[in-house]
Amino acid sequence: MEVDLSVKSVSKRFKSFVAVDDVSFEVEKGKFFSILGPSGCGKTTLLRMIAGFEEPSKGAIYIRAQNMANISPNRRPVNLIFQHLALFPMMNVADNIGFGLARRNESKTEIRKKVSDILERVNLPGFEAKKIHHLSGGQKQRVAIARSLVLDPTVLLLDEPLGALDLKLREQMKIELKKLQMEVGTTFVYITHDQSEALVMSDHVAVMNEGRFEQIDSPQNLYTKPASPFVARFVGDNNRLPGKIVGCNDGTAELQTASGEKLLIRTDRQLTPGVQAELYIRPESVILEPAQELPELNRLNVLVSSILFDGANTQLLVESPASDDELLISLPQNRQYEHISVKDRIEIGWDARAGNCFPLP
Amino acid sequence: MKKKVLSLMVAGGFILGLGSGVSAETLELLTWTGYAPKSLVEKFEKETGITVNTTFSNNEEMIAKLRATRGAGFDLAQPSQDRISSVQEKFNIYQPIDYTKIDAKLIVPSMLEAVKKNTMVDGKSYGVPHVYGTSGLIVNKKTAAGADDYTALLDPQYEGRVSYRLKRPTLIAMAFAEGKDPFALYGDAEKYEALMESIGQKLIDAKGLVKTYWANGDALLQSMRSGEVNVAMAWDNGGWKLNAENPDIDFVAPKSGALGWIDTFTIPAKAKNVEGAYKWINFMMRPENAAVFTNAEKYGTASAGAIEFYDDAVKANFQRSFSQADVDNIKWYPPVPAKLEAIEGKILDKVKASQ
Amino acid sequence: MSTLGKATSKLPLFIFLTPILLWLFLLIVLPHIDLLRMSFRIENDYGDMVWSVSNYLEFFREPIYWLTFTRTALYAIIVTFLTLCISLPVAFYITKVAPPKFRGFLSLLLLMPFWVSELVRIYGWMILLRESGVINHFLVEWGILQQPVEMLYNDVAMTMGLVYTSMLFMVVPLLSVMDSLDDSLIEAAFDLGSNMFTIVWKIIIPHAMPGIASGSIVVFMLSLGNYLTPNLMGGKNALWFTEQIYNQFIASFNWNQGSAFGFLLLVLSSLIIFIGLRLTNQKLSKVVQ
Ligand SMILES: Nc1ncnc2c1ncn2[C@@H]1O[C@H](COP(=O)(O)OP(=O)(O)O)[C@@H](O)[C@H]1O
Ligand SMILES: [Mg+2]
Repeated sequence: MEVDLSVKSVSKRFKSFVAVDDVSFEVEKGKFFSILGPSGCGKTTLLRMIAGFEEPSKGAIYIRAQNMANISPNRRPVNLIFQHLALFPMMNVADNIGFGLARRNESKTEIRKKVSDILERVNLPGFEAKKIHHLSGGQKQRVAIARSLVLDPTVLLLDEPLGALDLKLREQMKIELKKLQMEVGTTFVYITHDQSEALVMSDHVAVMNEGRFEQIDSPQNLYTKPASPFVARFVGDNNRLPGKIVGCNDGTAELQTASGEKLLIRTDRQLTPGVQAELYIRPESVILEPAQELPELNRLNVLVSSILFDGANTQLLVESPASDDELLISLPQNRQYEHISVKDRIEIGWDARAGNCFPLP
Repeated sequence: MKKKVLSLMVAGGFILGLGSGVSAETLELLTWTGYAPKSLVEKFEKETGITVNTTFSNNEEMIAKLRATRGAGFDLAQPSQDRISSVQEKFNIYQPIDYTKIDAKLIVPSMLEAVKKNTMVDGKSYGVPHVYGTSGLIVNKKTAAGADDYTALLDPQYEGRVSYRLKRPTLIAMAFAEGKDPFALYGDAEKYEALMESIGQKLIDAKGLVKTYWANGDALLQSMRSGEVNVAMAWDNGGWKLNAENPDIDFVAPKSGALGWIDTFTIPAKAKNVEGAYKWINFMMRPENAAVFTNAEKYGTASAGAIEFYDDAVKANFQRSFSQADVDNIKWYPPVPAKLEAIEGKILDKVKASQ
Repeated sequence: MSTLGKATSKLPLFIFLTPILLWLFLLIVLPHIDLLRMSFRIENDYGDMVWSVSNYLEFFREPIYWLTFTRTALYAIIVTFLTLCISLPVAFYITKVAPPKFRGFLSLLLLMPFWVSELVRIYGWMILLRESGVINHFLVEWGILQQPVEMLYNDVAMTMGLVYTSMLFMVVPLLSVMDSLDDSLIEAAFDLGSNMFTIVWKIIIPHAMPGIASGSIVVFMLSLGNYLTPNLMGGKNALWFTEQIYNQFIASFNWNQGSAFGFLLLVLSSLIIFIGLRLTNQKLSKVVQ
């Protein structure tokens, strides 16, 4: 498989502050690759280094095996879609999209044809003469993407392009963007702080924290097999139960919480007795009022502190001595649990295989 | 209640104060730079209690200012005697002088008579002589030894070292240098225009020789001092000032005659402090005061007897630059009839615009 | 409700504006009306004042007048253009390149020449440029010149003086438009394959156009209306149209002719600005906001 983008041990420091710290990854041709991380973790800096607006302090960037060192942004086969799109307000839609083509000295008729084709692609047929400030947020989005895609870049870089849109539109654009990417087959490198965007659209996601990559994996693996507590916390909702490993043998371990509960864990991870550890349980892994006969189930008695009704995503918040934080539990809307109300004491449980346990350093 | 009375009193006092501020005697003087030396102004203020405010200007601007206000805003103006009668006839901006209020002993009688005659409109006269002087050449004897007439300003051997004002005296001086008498043509606008056209053409032809047309006296003196200009048409006092610094430079009375002018005292039509104006005139003409002015500015005045108080250097200036023949040859400006200025203005514009 | 509501809501505005409008009228419009009246009066052969347009015809009849105006306008345009060429990079540097903490200092530096009067500024230049001036002194000292040369009293010196005097009035509006230019637009253009030249031409100048237009109008009008700089630095050839108006008023005592020239200056310069705005596709309302 051909590799379009290869980043090798790249770091970037501003004075003494390290914004990107020894990051390496590869993106295969035609893939949708996302970098997911909280705001300020260095995503934009990394992207700007790939686009050529910043020089890496260390490491190298290759595009189609060509080293990009000392190649200015206007000569790199990548295009960047800016966080705030950076459409040219003094030009109409056609001139915006044709801007890069004109810089390549393509003929007027050629440009006109390509512009109208790409507008068709992004579902804005006939928008050529429109002024930028007459477009809606979603339309601007598509024009920005069209402006870059029309140049047929090897890699398209996108810096939180959906950030400015309202929720509904964002959901819709997510799907549209993924479809578009599959149709055109261009390699996308997409950065976002929104885990749902990353999970829905990407073939691979890198989770970034404080300038470092914590994990690069498929969305499913990120969710089910987080490689670090940070990933477990950042990708999807999770409940954290801190404690100490007290027993350990052949694929199982036992964690004792501060309040004394012993929790059984099935894991491949090496856990040595005596170390501090954190167990993460997804809200949907928790079973409410589990039947008594189920084996290998960890059980807790908890107090319902509130019910967060949100249709299919309705959740319970419960208090337990096992955790300082309230625990979050999915509440299926199948009428089975209608009797549960605030201040009730209920029993919850989860399978020993359901959690993820990380020893603390 | 008490408070109200108090505030009323304060307000009243303020208004009174304002009123008295206006009536506290001031003298608004519209004059030339140097004509109201600081020391004399202070002396006058001490003697009379009148506060003197001065505005410096030149003939044309003085007339324009007074014309704009129809003779208001100033108590005393100092135009040249030749620029009074036609302006007065047309714009009525001055009031007749009451010569009984002038101390006649203080003024050289021949000058007083000449000015009275030249500033007469409808039987009334409007001027009292103050300062006189001449326009001629300032020459650097080292680099332009041969310059003895206005024609030196057109002489190619002084190329790039010549400067003069683009004003009417230059046209008139050049006409005299041509052997013409422009003053004789004052009454005949057409002939005068033809003469001036030909003079204008001469200036255009010789424009390449000119360093720059000077407008500011101090700037000209600086140019002569630094050797950028060697021959200039200018006022005599400038030459004498330079002579004191550098004996090579001196004022030269041109062969075809220095142009003699007399600046006067006139009282604008709507002057507020007429009495103060007369006081100033009599004050300035006192020999010891006139001499203070002359010693500083090197100009002569119409003050009788001031010569006794002159510095020796000032006395020497005149003798060095003017032989008796030169004195006899001074061309005193007669009153300028209306319309000549417009003719000259256009010609001067043409000279300046030509490349 | 709507009309009544609007009328009442505008009332305070009118009350507020009335003194201002009155003041503008008294101080600006009224004197001009008098000048306008004067410009249509001439003295006939009998010395009486009569109505006539001949003051205006005189401008077109006499070549030195319209030639002087043309020359003045041409130089004002050249000065405007040169000022723009210098101010654009300066404004760009201050807003986009210089470290933010130096911006205030640099703007202040630009303002510095304006702490002294125009006359002093011009004399400063004259001391530098004149034949016996500072620059000549050093050029001769260092053996670059055998003889000092006169650098003053020519059109180049005059143009330079005018550009110097005008700089601030161009840079200030440019600073504010440049400031509002999103850096990412420049980066986006760069990313899409532009070189520096096309970025300036396609992004920076179109964005800065309102500032360029308002700065240019100010500089053009200031240069056209300048009197001291052309007179003192331009020397013997630099007859400026304002000087001609001055001469009409002061030297020739012909206020009627002077007023006519004044109005011609107003009308013709407005016309030039109008054409300039048309050519660059700008709207006056946008430029002056
Ligand atoms: N030019 C710069 N100079 C100094 N610090 C910078 C610069 N650019 C970014 N940073 C810092 O680097 C960190 C990462 O920024 P950025 O890459 O924009 O984060 P993200 O896009 O993930 O929100 C931030 O703390 C930011 O303040
Ligand atoms: Mg960012």
